[in-house]
This record gives sequence, C-alpha cells and structure tokens, in this order.
Amino acid sequence: MASTNIYDNFVTSLTQSIHNGLYSSMSPTWALITELAIIGFVFLMFYALVGLFLVYAERKVCAFMQNRVGPNRVGKYGIFQTIADFIKLLMKELVVIKNSDKLLFTLAPFIIIIASFMAVAAIPFAKGLHAIDFDIGILYVIAVSSLGVVGVLLAGWSSNNKYSLIGAMRSGAQIISYELSVGMSLLTIVILAGTMQFSEIVQGQEFGWFIFKGHIPAVIAFLIFLIASTAETNRGPFDLAEAESELTAGFHTEYSGIKFAFFFLAEYMNMFLVASIGATIFLGGWMPFHVSGWIGFNQVMDYIPPTFWYLGKTGFIIFLMMWFKWTFPRLRIDQLLTLEWKYLLPINLFNILLMAFIVLMGWHF
Amino acid sequence: MKEVIHTPVPSVEEEEYHINMGPQHPSTHGVLRLVVSLQGEIVKNLKPHCGYIHRGMEKMCEKDTYPQIIHLTDRMDYLSAHINNHAVCLLVENALQIEVPERVKYIRTIMDELCRIQSHQLWWASFGMDLGGLTCFFYGLRDREKILDIWEETTGARFLQSYYTPGGLMWDIHPDFQKNVKAFIKYFRKKIRDYEKILSGNVIFTERSRNIGLMTKEEAISYGVTGPSGRGSGWSCDIRKHHPYALYDKVEFKEILYHEGDTLARYMVRMDEMYESMHIIEQLIDNIPEGDFSAKMKAVIKLPAGEYYQRVESARGDLGIYCISDGNKTPYRMKFRTPSFSNLSVLDHISRDLKIADLVAIGGSLDLVIPDIDR
Repeated sequence: MASTNIYDNFVTSLTQSIHNGLYSSMSPTWALITELAIIGFVFLMFYALVGLFLVYAERKVCAFMQNRVGPNRVGKYGIFQTIADFIKLLMKELVVIKNSDKLLFTLAPFIIIIASFMAVAAIPFAKGLHAIDFDIGILYVIAVSSLGVVGVLLAGWSSNNKYSLIGAMRSGAQIISYELSVGMSLLTIVILAGTMQFSEIVQGQEFGWFIFKGHIPAVIAFLIFLIASTAETNRGPFDLAEAESELTAGFHTEYSGIKFAFFFLAEYMNMFLVASIGATIFLGGWMPFHVSGWIGFNQVMDYIPPTFWYLGKTGFIIFLMMWFKWTFPRLRIDQLLTLEWKYLLPINLFNILLMAFIVLMGWHF
Repeated sequence: MKEVIHTPVPSVEEEEYHINMGPQHPSTHGVLRLVVSLQGEIVKNLKPHCGYIHRGMEKMCEKDTYPQIIHLTDRMDYLSAHINNHAVCLLVENALQIEVPERVKYIRTIMDELCRIQSHQLWWASFGMDLGGLTCFFYGLRDREKILDIWEETTGARFLQSYYTPGGLMWDIHPDFQKNVKAFIKYFRKKIRDYEKILSGNVIFTERSRNIGLMTKEEAISYGVTGPSGRGSGWSCDIRKHHPYALYDKVEFKEILYHEGDTLARYMVRMDEMYESMHIIEQLIDNIPEGDFSAKMKAVIKLPAGEYYQRVESARGDLGIYCISDGNKTPYRMKFRTPSFSNLSVLDHISRDLKIADLVAIGGSLDLVIPDIDR
C-alpha cells in the first residue's frame, strides 16, 4: 500500500491550486508562460540559495577539519560571509585577456552553469515536487550534466594561458572517464528498480532504500558512485583541473569577478547535484525511513517532512565529499585514469552482472 | 644574399612549450623561477632562475662586524635561524679558541634541535599542501606554533631570533623553558602520529611519492645534495656525526639513512629525524648545568688574519661558512655554502621525463628555502 504521508497532499494541492488559479484567470498560452516563469524564478532562487549555503558550509566544515574557526565576522557565526563575498565578486572588474577568444571566453561559464541548472530540474524534492518527471530521468541527468565538460574545455582553451589549457585537458580526460562509472553505478540500481523514472525509483524504496535492498552490489555501486561523482565534479582528491599547487587555478585562472563566481557556484551546484542523485537513487530520496510492518514507527518517521529527509541525505553525502577533499592528497593524472579504467570500470561491469543475477534469482530484499 | 636556414619543424606531438613556474607560484615556496619545458604534461628539462631575493649578503658581511653578521645569517635560511647563527658563532669561537661554558652548549644544542623540528614541521605542512592535502598545512603550522611560543619566551622573537652571540647567548633561558619544552615533546609525540596517519599511511600519498625523483648515492654526492635529501639516497653526510660540534658527540642519536633515493625516502628521513631530534632534546633538557650563559668576550671581536671554515648541519643540509680575515673587526671575505643552492641543482636531473605534478612533489621533497639559495 502507498503510504499516507500527511505532507503529500499539501504539496500536490499547493501546486494544483496555483495551476488552477492561473488557468482560470488567463488564456492557456499566458498561463503556461507564467507557470514556466514562476518555475524558472523559483529554481533560480533555489540555485542561488543552495550555492550560497554550500560555500558557507564548506568553509565551516573545512575550518572544523583544520582546527580553524572559519568565517565568523559577517553576521552571527559569519552566516552572511558568502553574501558579502558575492557582492565583492559582483563589483570586481572583469579582466579582458589579450589574444583570448572573447566569445568562447564569455560563453564558457554560462555553459557550465546551464548544464548543472538543467540537471537540477529532474530531481524530486518531495512527492510531486519536481519540475519535470521524465520517464528516462536518469539518462537525462547523465546526459545533461556531462555537458559541463564542454564549458571547462572552452574555458581552458579560450583563456590563452598554458596553465588553463593543461587544467582543461586534464579535466576533459577525467570527466569523460568518470562519467562511465557514474552511469554504470546508476544503471546497477536501475536494474534493481526496473525503471529510470525518478518518482518511481523513490516510490520503489518505500520499504527499504536501495542500498539496503540490493545489499552487496548496491553497496559496491554506492561506493563507486561516491568516488566517481567526486571525480566528475572536479573535487576532493581529484581536483586535478584546478590543482592549485601545480597549475595555480587550472582552467579558471584567468577569470575574475562574476565570471569566476559562475565557475565557483557551478562547482558547488554540481556537488549538490551528484549528492542529490546519490541520495535519490541509493538512499531513498525524500522517502522517510520505513520498516515493513512497523506501522507505528513508520508513522513517526512520516511526521518528518519529505523535503527534510531529502535535504538530510543530500547533506550527508555532501559532507562525505567535503571530508574527502580536506583529508586526501591529490592523485596524479595517470593514477587517476588507472583507477578508473583498470579498477572501477571492471568492478562496475562485474557488479552489474552480479546485480542482474541477484535480481533474476530474487535474492534482494 | 641572405642564407636561408632550414630548421626541421617538429611535429605537434614532439613540440615542446615552456611555462614559467614562478617567480610567483604556489609550489615554489617563494620567489624561485623555474622555466620548464614541457611536452604535454611531461617535463623535458627545467632551468632554475634564481636571484629574485638576492640581497648581496656575502658582500654586506664585508662591512659588518662578526656580531652583526649573525643577524644577517638569520635571514638566509629563515627556518633554521638558530643553526645559521650557530655556524657564525662557532667560526668566531674556533678562530679565537674560546671555550664556551657547558651551559651554553646544552642550550644551543636544544635550540638547534627545536629549530630542526619546527623546520621539518613546516616542510611537512607545505609538502602535504604541494600534494594537495591542504589540511596537512594547518596541522603542521599548529604544532610549529608551540615551538615559536617557547622561543618567544626565551629569545623575544618568534622567527628571526639572533639568540646566539660569539661566545655564548644573548641572555639566559626563561625560567619556564625546560618545563615548556618537556610539555611540547610530550604533546608532539602524540601529534606526530597524526602526521603518520594522514600522509605516511595514505595510499594516495605513497603512490604519488614512491619511485619518483630517483637520485642515486653517486648523483647525490656529485651534485652535493646534503642533509635529509642526500641521506634519502643513502649518503651518510650528517655533519653532526662526522664533524661533531656543540654536544653532538656526547648525545646518543642515529643518523637516519634510507637507500631508495626517491621522494618517499626523503620524506621518511625527515619524519624520522623529528623523532631523533626529540630524543636528543630529551637527553639534554633535564641536565642543563648551572653557569654563565656567555664566555667573557672582548667588546670588539677581531679574528686573527687567516682563513677559516665552519660547517654545521642545518635543517636542509651542510651549511658551510668560509671566512678570510685580515685581522680587522670585519671579515675580508665571507662565503656561505648554503645547502638549498646545491639541492636545487639536482632538481633538473631528477625530474626529467616526469609529470608536472611530480615536479611539484620532488621540489617539495628537496625542501628548498629560496632566500637560502639567493642569499
């Protein structure tokens, strides 16, 4: 039986009433345009807020790991520090590089930010709370998020800077390689779930998240996903594209002001994106923690709003990724590619077979 | 008619390009400029261009009296300030054949070893940062701060102390000195295990540093790579063992030798040296004898005419001071044989055909201090 979550109706009726209100007050074309505008606005605000919060969170987490205090001057506990930084970046001069390809130089940050922005659209935040519910949701997310590498390559190429170029080339090899692992670890779960639609995947985890349901292969897939997605977002021990001790700042060395802020924001949004995909696929997304048969326990869990569940799980994965970044030293480019092609990919292929076998035999929970 | 010279145009794969690492670059630890020829990411050769922080110290020495020179040597290898001072003091004392009080020897040895520990701490911190482990940097600096606090109490300065004078010390140690040093050793013995855990025990780190920047013992000798970098190649070159000064012939300590000659070996030498330095301090700290903190010295120090040479083991290697005196209160000529300069010379040789990331790791493992190169 589908759960009777008290918050489900609230979200659905809210979106439905807005929808009805718009269509009753204006012509269908205008109502559609207004709806799209509202959705766009809401996502932009969400995007900016998440970006600001994550930058603050990273600085606090990293300070915590490094025996420091972190930002604590602007506002209580420094909560307005990122806003102040953002204003500073807005007011900074946009340095124009001589002999650079001006069009591509300007275009690159937009491509990166659009790629991550498009992918957010498919993420379900609660039951019925998502922009689009594709039936090929996972495929869409993989496809769209991989566009970001184009922006990185363009940025490195158009900057007319050798450090940027090396960073971009590294990043190209890295992102394309690790996309395979991300995709395959997600496919492992698609086999278990039997669908690519995000809403159905979440619904399928009502009585047990996939990481528990699929036990061994699901755990392996989750670990591979964590490693590969960290690499795909150019973070943590895999930040070769930036590699500040080698390449100063890698592909965005020459960027300043708001263009730099775009790269900066996109990094955090990509992190948020892969964390929320991971949370949705492996940890049940907005689905509360349920145990089949424990009705009282399930009801208590239902009192926590689904968006909180979703944010909690996403936050957990983001924290893990920050933990990686502030603990491990950086890999070298050949070690990075060896890790992917010689270890992760074969393990992944075997893991898919294992998962298919387990699903066929019905050995999952 | 102009002669047309045909130079073969290399294909795109073979073409080399140059990048300037430095003078402003995060991993050169100062104003060192390396002109690196690259093929893709492979380092084909590199030319160090030094002199960005050249201050003409050797020339300045010719105008300065010997006590003044001590203040200059602080600024060469700023991370082994005490040890540099020690070299000048020993030079003057040996030239004048002054026997310094036993207490001074004890304090100088302890200070030198504290200096070695803090230098290695900072090296560990920045080496971790070179390899991308930013947290290492803060761990290293956190613990180094404790030594700086101890120094501040006794010498009044945290960084450039100029605590030694020819014949003794500037003033006596702070009453809390022994207590604080013992507390620090106790604290750091615990914390150094974190160092081992976060870098030495990390598989990414060991893979990054093993078999990278191989230097044989013969190469180390022929390039004059001394100190921990040379001992990582199995060259026994510790001045404290071979030409003991201060109390090094009385205390018991091991000369750390590793024979692999790679970046990891140079790393391990420094890690083990921190343990050895703590061991030396532990032997001395409770036994500092009572007495004067300085021998009786004349107000104006004049060395008898002649040539003098004094070597000490600084945190980076063999620091030699060559001095010609014509009997005046200032030297006729001073020459510093600084370890970082020789250690830099091998960088081109051992980093060829490796990647840029390796170059950064090797540069970090040689522990270069740029003012020590340029003087």
